[in-house]
Amino acid sequence: MSNTTHTTTNILVVGIGGQGVMTATEILAEAAIALGHDVKKTEVAGMAQRGGVVSSHLRFGPKVLSPQITPGTADVLLGFEAAEGMRWRHMLRPDGLALMNTGRLVPPVVDLGLYDYPEDPVAAVRAAGTRAFAFDASAIARDLGDIRLGNTVMLGAISGHLPFPADVLEQCVLKRFASKKAELVELNRRAFAAGRSAAAQAQVASAAADEACALA
Amino acid sequence: MSGNEAVSRAVWEAGVKVAAAYPGTPATEMLEVISTYPDLYAEWSVNEKVSLEVAFGAAMAGSRAFCAMKHVGMNVASDALMTMTLTGVAGGLVIAIADDVGLSSSQNEQDSRYWGRFAHVPVLEPADSQEAYDYTLAAFALSEKFQVPVILRLTTRICHVKALVTVSERVAHAAAGFEKDAARWVMVPGAAGRRLPKMFERERALRAEAEVSPLNVVEAGSDRRVGFVTSGPAYMHVRESFPDAPVLKLGLSCPVPFAKVREFAAQCDRLVVVEEVEPLIETELKAQGIAVAGKDILPQMGELSPNVLKPAVARLLGEPVPEVAKAAPMQVFPRPPTMCVACPHLGVYYTLSQLRNVTISGDIGCYTLGFGHPWNALDACISMGASMGMALGLDKGRAESEADKKIVAVIGDSTFLHMGMQGLLDIVYNRGNVTVLLLDNRAVGMTGGQDNPGNGRNIHGEEAPRVDFARLVKALGVREERVHVVDPYELPTLFKTLREETKVAEPSVIITNQPCVLIKDYHKLKPYTVIDDKCTGCGNCVDIGCPAIHVTRRDRVKKASGREVDLSFVRIETAACTGCGLCVQPCAPDAIVHAEKVSVINMLKKS
Repeated sequence: MSNTTHTTTNILVVGIGGQGVMTATEILAEAAIALGHDVKKTEVAGMAQRGGVVSSHLRFGPKVLSPQITPGTADVLLGFEAAEGMRWRHMLRPDGLALMNTGRLVPPVVDLGLYDYPEDPVAAVRAAGTRAFAFDASAIARDLGDIRLGNTVMLGAISGHLPFPADVLEQCVLKRFASKKAELVELNRRAFAAGRSAAAQAQVASAAADEACALA
Repeated sequence: MSGNEAVSRAVWEAGVKVAAAYPGTPATEMLEVISTYPDLYAEWSVNEKVSLEVAFGAAMAGSRAFCAMKHVGMNVASDALMTMTLTGVAGGLVIAIADDVGLSSSQNEQDSRYWGRFAHVPVLEPADSQEAYDYTLAAFALSEKFQVPVILRLTTRICHVKALVTVSERVAHAAAGFEKDAARWVMVPGAAGRRLPKMFERERALRAEAEVSPLNVVEAGSDRRVGFVTSGPAYMHVRESFPDAPVLKLGLSCPVPFAKVREFAAQCDRLVVVEEVEPLIETELKAQGIAVAGKDILPQMGELSPNVLKPAVARLLGEPVPEVAKAAPMQVFPRPPTMCVACPHLGVYYTLSQLRNVTISGDIGCYTLGFGHPWNALDACISMGASMGMALGLDKGRAESEADKKIVAVIGDSTFLHMGMQGLLDIVYNRGNVTVLLLDNRAVGMTGGQDNPGNGRNIHGEEAPRVDFARLVKALGVREERVHVVDPYELPTLFKTLREETKVAEPSVIITNQPCVLIKDYHKLKPYTVIDDKCTGCGNCVDIGCPAIHVTRRDRVKKASGREVDLSFVRIETAACTGCGLCVQPCAPDAIVHAEKVSVINMLKKS
């Protein structure tokens, strides 16, 4: 048996309970299955519906053994919440990519004054040497009329950073709503496109910032 | 399919007639999924012991039967297990036990493979979803071949991992019918004594089976410096970490096939046993004189994932430790699970946090979270139903300095029915001075809102007889005037009732009667908002602990008395608020109002 680590794609999706992290990973898994990959998906979310931390691991390739992503080997980190993206940064491989929602969900322990929310999670992740594209997926979802569209926005964002075409993932997203109202399909189509373009803009902004740094 | 879904599919395909369980993470989904299949009987039982007895009864009648539980469930069910191993079974009986390795949602970490040794029954350990499916089918065949209950040992990393599974179709299994045989089914000492030798004989036969079982596989490898003996999900981590090493994978891991291990050992320079959690195979191999490494180099808790295995084995071989996980995690605030927005327990814990000189004996469920901030109003929690007995013990064992201490026990509806009723009877019978808060939210909340005898619905959501908690506790002997049913959203009533009942030196029960916000019985009300210029920053609403209330700004002022006071000005996430009104009650300046009123006022202002 050969070592699978080089042929396996590792995607880590993180956020908090109720954000649709597990559903998003499920849809990513469906896309990978549709393309004939072996797929394993795992999460630790025992009490996640009580607003706790959720991290969902997706691995796909010719043959996947361990379902868990070893720290330092994730290819892409999809952060549904700013501080959660920061919490899991160490899971990325050195040249891995963080796609981060800048939207914040402040937990009661912060409201109670027991802990501080990090000042700028995206800057902190970049300062640690990680390539990060950041955008406000929560605001995009709200503007489209429903915060629950956030996970489709995030899937749109990652769609340009996968080893398969974006429309494979888009089809898997829309399939979920096929049996529901047509307007819901349309809304998710728009959310997906908005996420995709937000990530692309963030990429351009990030490159420009890098260039500016290089010139300075 | 998740491991739980794969097991469920196989249970259906195996022609099982009766399946029973009490919900518990990570095992819950098995019965949930099984209940959606046709042609079998599925139930939520009141506890794991009853579920195992129900499944066993069906197996006595010659039907195939299935029972699922989390690891601690078997502690409850073990009384039944330890004798059904003597009678054996007629129809196949498979018991899936899900160990929460890594404690994602449990009060402890246990290795259920011990039960295989203790009860002399075989243990199968699948390593992924496909094996969970395959082994479940194999377990029924094994159970019937040896007329023995079979344990299917799962872990969180099997139950909740999704992977591709190839399935088949259902094969009906006809029940032979119950055959009366007192010498076999009535376990009085004489009869049981005669069954013991049969049990040991069966174990010998099972060990011989393990030697030849296709579930125990040797995978040859080119790098023979270390051979791995492994089972369950640890196998996948071993394969991932050491692709060229020889591996003996034990699918039927109890009884251990010693001859097979010896043969394998001869092919490798040394053996390492990789098993989650306890050193069971390791200890048994050592007792056989087979040299192995195991827990001397690996942790005796948690998962044995690649980042644990690789450094440990490198150290054993005297090699440089590979640098995985170079980057340390960044420091971010913890995000512990919280109670939900508008949860009826919020009112209970806010009230409890206002009581002084009280010890609060807690139990298992969402309400265990009451130990945390901002309430800090739960002082102990060990096992299902234990709040009752612990409270009585705290009462009877109180120190002289605690003569005035009030003892309160907090327990949920489902936990009370699971194992709390007996404890309350003990409190009544022995004249304990305990105030019991029975939080009836009509659901097994923590595991996802499953139905139970307290809400009048069965596993399919159909109408079922519903327990009347007030009548039940009165029947257990709590005096009529000491039983109160209270709306937990009415803080003054709740506080007054609690204060009065804790003064009375006899058992009382206060039942709260509002549903879990995650089940269909709950109805949202109009959301609230905060009028900024009315908020004085007193922070009373923050002490409710509702996740929809956020602090916008802090301040510290010096009162006229000279005392420094911290202020927290707040806003309400109106989109999340469901209008329970708990935060409105302690708000002195009436700064919290219905959101729609404010939007009308704003509209008027603009026009």
